[in-house]
Amino acid sequence: MQPKRADANSGRTPAQLLADREQRLLAAVQLERPDRLPTALFAHFWISRYSGLTNRQAMYDYGRLGAAVVKAVSDLEPDAYVPGHNVMAFGPTLDLIDYRQLEWPGHGGLGDNVPYQYLDREYMTVAEYDEYLRDPTGFMLHRYLPRAANAFKPMAMLPNYPSVLHTRIPQSLAVYANPEVRQLLQTLITAGEEMQRMQESGAKIVAELKAAGFPLALHATCGAPFDVASDYLRGSKGAMLDMFRNKDKLLRLLERLVELLPANAIATADRNQGKFIFFPLHWGLDGFMSPQQFETFFWPPLRRVLVGLIDLGYIPVVFWEGDCTSRLEVIADIPPGKAIYMFERSDLKKAKKILGNRVCIRGGMPVSTLITGTAEQTRDTVKRLFDEIGDGGGYILDSGVGIPDEAKHENVVAMFETAKECRY
Amino acid sequence: MQPEEQKQLLIQQIADMMEDEAVALAKQMLAEGYPPLELLGHCREAMEIVGKRYETGEYFLPELMLAGEMLGSIGEIAKPLIDQGAGTKAKGATVLIGTVHGDLHDIGKNIVSFMLDINGYNVIDIGIDVPVEEFIRNIREHKPVVVGLSGFLTLAFDSMKETIQRIEAEGLRQGMKIMIGGGQVDETILKHTGADAYGMNAMDAVNLCKNWIPA
Repeated sequence: MQPKRADANSGRTPAQLLADREQRLLAAVQLERPDRLPTALFAHFWISRYSGLTNRQAMYDYGRLGAAVVKAVSDLEPDAYVPGHNVMAFGPTLDLIDYRQLEWPGHGGLGDNVPYQYLDREYMTVAEYDEYLRDPTGFMLHRYLPRAANAFKPMAMLPNYPSVLHTRIPQSLAVYANPEVRQLLQTLITAGEEMQRMQESGAKIVAELKAAGFPLALHATCGAPFDVASDYLRGSKGAMLDMFRNKDKLLRLLERLVELLPANAIATADRNQGKFIFFPLHWGLDGFMSPQQFETFFWPPLRRVLVGLIDLGYIPVVFWEGDCTSRLEVIADIPPGKAIYMFERSDLKKAKKILGNRVCIRGGMPVSTLITGTAEQTRDTVKRLFDEIGDGGGYILDSGVGIPDEAKHENVVAMFETAKECRY
Repeated sequence: MQPEEQKQLLIQQIADMMEDEAVALAKQMLAEGYPPLELLGHCREAMEIVGKRYETGEYFLPELMLAGEMLGSIGEIAKPLIDQGAGTKAKGATVLIGTVHGDLHDIGKNIVSFMLDINGYNVIDIGIDVPVEEFIRNIREHKPVVVGLSGFLTLAFDSMKETIQRIEAEGLRQGMKIMIGGGQVDETILKHTGADAYGMNAMDAVNLCKNWIPA
């Protein structure tokens, strides 16, 4: 099925289309009615598959991935899209640093068409809580990064700088002549150059698409403090057991993360000249933790991060994974018209009722329809979502997890085309 | 304290997530000569209460995790004291479970395994990223009455379909039920894969098995 490219044939200039699209999204965030149902192309390997690339090619071939992003965006004409390089093309860099926290296509026994997957492990032991709380930077440098990538192991040998002063500063330099540390520095330069090539390649595509009238849907990524403690530090089992065994330490860690996490998201968003900061959430869903645990460990620290960013003018795009229907009343406590909540399996009708005057809602298209349904079923679903959830504005069309890698091309085309017909 | 009181207290402490107290009491009971097999039986009773509290929405994943840890700690102390050949309670019907190939996720599968186990099923958990051949080999070996296919990623839908087609092609489907679960699995995906049923959570899995065959 060939997409119609309605916008390209609308007579509007690319600059006008860019302004139209930015305004459409902003209106939805501010809980107003845009001219029509806004869309966001949030996808990983669907984009590269649409151009016939394997997942592995998407992770390794910057040029072909760039062409695939341009083709998908030009064909679908979304109101915003996720930059493909930033979410896919880090294969070569992972190889250079011998990264240990992911398995990815063609690595660790995975096939070329499998997505990359995070390995849930304990990266900070229970005995290391105090060390992290005392000096998170030192912990990350000396303990964490050597566990995250084999090439970073010599970082454990680097000086403990808060205690290195005056003449100890020149004395401390000897470690940089150590053969392993030399190798580390060389790898950092080589991997840094590789990442720079990737980012330049990605930036070229972003500039090209901006000139064609397409803004970005995501400018940086951040995390909920509990998810960071669970996914990236203690491991899911460790964090869950800490709720009972080390509650005070876990709460202190979450406090520290509230202060520490926004810095990189802010710097990245500023570099990408945008306001959308994505929060993929993993552990707050119904069934995983109790309402009381959610209101102790999950929501308060996350809310502080979100409100802090909102106060600075950023727009959090919070992806509530799984079913979070029982959390809706609690998570309504956020400044109105300042954020987007993307839902995977939560009851969107309830979400609209409870959150409709607080936060822009995104999602709703079942991934099973996109993968196994027909274009006609997809069209009907878009119209239903427009009527039910889009009523009054404050809604962005998307599927529960963005466009799944396996979605049928004709269904995705139908989804974006139908959205353009849904006018307020 | 009388043995009967000790027993009740142990069950209550495990069920109420009092880890330190429960492990200490179990240690004390065993040191005083309490029969280890009986003590493990009490742990199982406590697990049934934990399971019920999970079913009714009082407990969640962290409680299941901690209950599993308590059971593990007490088991470690008790098992060396058990006479060889004393035997343990015979398990019920066999359920084979694994995450389908291409998918490395295991949290959902582990909760389902745990809940089936405390509901009396003989659970054979064959891990993550399980190739089709591995499912076939294990089905031949263990002859399960129910096979559970788990998957979090959308790619799992096709892996599930492929696994089920192979089970049929090998002539192993008869007399066996297949359930799927995880991630975005729904009615549409159930049809797509050809499984007998799908579940949204661990309780659904237990109820499906109970309907198909009592433990």
